[in-house]
Amino acid sequence: MKNLSRVNNPYNDDKVISQCSIFGMMNTSGKLISGMQCITAITNMHERGNGLGAGFAIYGIYPDRPDDYALHIMFDTKISREETETYLKRLFDISFAEEVPIFPTESIINPPYIYRYFVHPKLKDTHEIVDEDDLVTRRVFKINTSIEGAFVFSSGKNMGVFKGVGFPEEIAQFFGLEHYRGYIWTSHGRFPTNTQGWWGGAHPLSLLDWTVVHNGEISSYGANRRFLEMYGYVCTMQTDTEVVAYAVDLLERKHGLPIEVVMDIFSPPVWEQIDRMNSGDRKYFEAIRNTYGSLLLNGPFAIIVAHHGEMIAHTDRIRLRPMVAGIKGDTVYASSEESAIRLVCPELDKVWIPTGGHPVIARLKGTEGHDVVEGGREIPGTIVMEV
Amino acid sequence: MRTALLPEFSVVRDENRCIQCRVCERQCSFDVYSYDAGNNLMVHREENCVACQRCSVLCPTNALVIKMNDYTYRPNANWTRESISDLKKQAETGGVLLTGMGCDKPLKNYWDHILLNASQVTNPSIDPLREPMELRTRLGRKADHLEIRNGNLEVPDYPYVDLSTPIMFGAMSYGAISYNCFKSLAQAAHEVGTMFNTGEGGWPRELRKFGTNTIVQCASGRFGLDLEYFNDAAMVEIKIGQGAKPGIGGHLPGEKVSAHISQTRMIPMGSDAISPAPHHDIYSIEDLQMLVHALKEATDYRKPVSVKISAVHNAPAIASGMVRAGADIIVIDGVRGGTGAAPKILRDNVGLPIELALAAVDTRLREEGIRNWASLVCSGGIRNSSDIFKAIALGADAVYIGTAALMALGCTVCQKCYTGKCAWGITTQDPYLSKRVNPEIGTQALVNLLRAWSLEIKEMLGCAGINSIESVRGNRLQLRGIGLEDWELGVLGIRGAGQ
Ligand code: SF4
Ligand code: SF4
Repeated sequence: MKNLSRVNNPYNDDKVISQCSIFGMMNTSGKLISGMQCITAITNMHERGNGLGAGFAIYGIYPDRPDDYALHIMFDTKISREETETYLKRLFDISFAEEVPIFPTESIINPPYIYRYFVHPKLKDTHEIVDEDDLVTRRVFKINTSIEGAFVFSSGKNMGVFKGVGFPEEIAQFFGLEHYRGYIWTSHGRFPTNTQGWWGGAHPLSLLDWTVVHNGEISSYGANRRFLEMYGYVCTMQTDTEVVAYAVDLLERKHGLPIEVVMDIFSPPVWEQIDRMNSGDRKYFEAIRNTYGSLLLNGPFAIIVAHHGEMIAHTDRIRLRPMVAGIKGDTVYASSEESAIRLVCPELDKVWIPTGGHPVIARLKGTEGHDVVEGGREIPGTIVMEV
Repeated sequence: MRTALLPEFSVVRDENRCIQCRVCERQCSFDVYSYDAGNNLMVHREENCVACQRCSVLCPTNALVIKMNDYTYRPNANWTRESISDLKKQAETGGVLLTGMGCDKPLKNYWDHILLNASQVTNPSIDPLREPMELRTRLGRKADHLEIRNGNLEVPDYPYVDLSTPIMFGAMSYGAISYNCFKSLAQAAHEVGTMFNTGEGGWPRELRKFGTNTIVQCASGRFGLDLEYFNDAAMVEIKIGQGAKPGIGGHLPGEKVSAHISQTRMIPMGSDAISPAPHHDIYSIEDLQMLVHALKEATDYRKPVSVKISAVHNAPAIASGMVRAGADIIVIDGVRGGTGAAPKILRDNVGLPIELALAAVDTRLREEGIRNWASLVCSGGIRNSSDIFKAIALGADAVYIGTAALMALGCTVCQKCYTGKCAWGITTQDPYLSKRVNPEIGTQALVNLLRAWSLEIKEMLGCAGINSIESVRGNRLQLRGIGLEDWELGVLGIRGAGQ
């Protein structure tokens, strides 16, 4: 593993243990909203972090370039930037590039150089016909594993991740996030307990437009990681949260499974419950546990997963980490603490604690299904294929 | 000819305690004891003693102690007592030395150089007494992915077997072990919800009611095979090799082929049952593929088919070939695997420790992206529940236990199974001896063992903050090596302690 020093994990730990606060909000009408609510809310949970990492994911921020992959890249040195840019020029058409505007703050010490590139992968270098997303994924892994001092931390379209070492309010100030507008905001305040903070390891963890913020520790990390490696995912960020982002990408994008099924894979009912189900449900859960048993996420976790059109709040099946959901009008909130939601929206239409293992899914209006469901999985009828 | 060998063990009897009840005489199947009526004394032929300890534990007055014989040759680090005795035996007999059970050489035991992880404050441990802990394990091919088509989740219909705990009883044939043992294993597997394996010796009709818990073997001797044999079982295993004697076959002497065994194996009474080393229709991986598919065809693709090999130097490549040949389950049997009878020289010198072979095979199958195509079972020297936990973390789906199960039935690893005189009634067909295993009591002992180990596995899961065994499979981050060289850590794919 290369050493990215400032932007990487100085102890080269396989898994970085973190606790943290998470907060997410989505406007299900797709209205772009300022980040002030999100920043205020996550800042209110200051005590849950320790200043060693924070970050935000915002969807809908680049409406002028909706079809370009927006690569946010951290560089340790100028040389690593030059090397990466040579690589990018060779394999991507770059429509626009710039240094991400920053607003130096006293508390953010020694940040890396941060640039963003709006790109499309060139196909000419490959002999096979491949999906554009696959190409981008592959090239992101390539940069992250082989260019010393460079780290792609956001690679989706019309969205972006902003993160670093600091408290959430400091990171928000550093990137001037109050100037951005998006229809989903997720955020994270981090409490890594056994390492120094490092820029690459801050949340959200992302791949393409998938982002994950996480509170907890995934004790199945070793099993999840080895399973994902079989499908070509390279775990470079060395944190357990990374496997969630990759697993969602594998299951939803590549295997075409609906997000409800993905969440059932992460935290399915126990076998004893499955045994008591009717035959349709039983077949369904048997199939997912059978096929994706290695992607069951074990250990305590509360996550907010987002991608275009959806924000999902989800906890482990025995609910070892906190999660509160709330709704006001067309805005859906998910948070580690109710106080954070109440601070920015005192009068809620509904506020509740979701059941462990039951995802709360907020969807853009007009897309299939209701705009907010809890555990509202409609089990697809299972059919058994002859093999 | 009077042997020039030193007796291995001494029988020490406390004359003050002995009441001449002659229990030891009746219990000893190796003719150590006899009664001198004239002097009202028990006498012994120490050279016959195998230290099976049947007499000492059954002596009502605790008058007997069996211990290593301390007569000794002049100490010599090269010519140990064992090597001198073996050589002399061969000079006397001119034959291959036989032995029973697994390798007893002090090969490095990797299980003992691996430590497990436990949760502390950042990730709470889980109390298995309060929270569900899932040990259920499903063996068989798994789909690479699921698909939704026309609103339906498409589920490939691969055959499988479910285990309530990832511990199965490995192949021990009726013939190698007594009927009562065989029955105890079948009943216990049924009671616990796991599998027992008939081995290569056929499957008595009256035990077919335990079919859902039975794995039948198709070995080179083809004993007892017919369509019903396959179809009554839950899973079929092709035996290529076993850890105690890789590369050689088996031999049940004619005198053990009783009426019932002859019927079960479908061979004439009193005839030797020889299973050759190779299957005479398998000389390549393509041939194996044909047998795998022939068995699937015969069972209408309803039963998973496993292939068992012993852990040998290129096991990963062989396993990859087996998976591609259609095996739904790969079984790897390590160098410490037991047996009823094996040439001692092979048992002690051929094969690999299962820990290394298992890790190498799992890694190889993952590198090739075909780990989902087959489950992985390992066996050969599993001694306790932590060995099992470590095996699963290295990549196994489940384990087979053999020697450990026999110990639950009384075995004391005296290594004399090949004599057919097992004083504990286990590896014998002598009706007088085999009655010593009561199938009901035997079943209970086996059920107890699996229950105890399952509880311990749950404790280990809980302490690692994990509530499903699936999250341990291949989770090598849960392991750390201690006292291992870099190359060993590399093969095991684990970090050293403190790293
Ligand atoms: S069993 Fe014990 S008490 Fe009975 S004869 Fe043997 S040594 Fe004596
Ligand atoms: S089965 Fe019997 S003969 Fe074989 S080692 Fe065990 S006690 Fe000895």
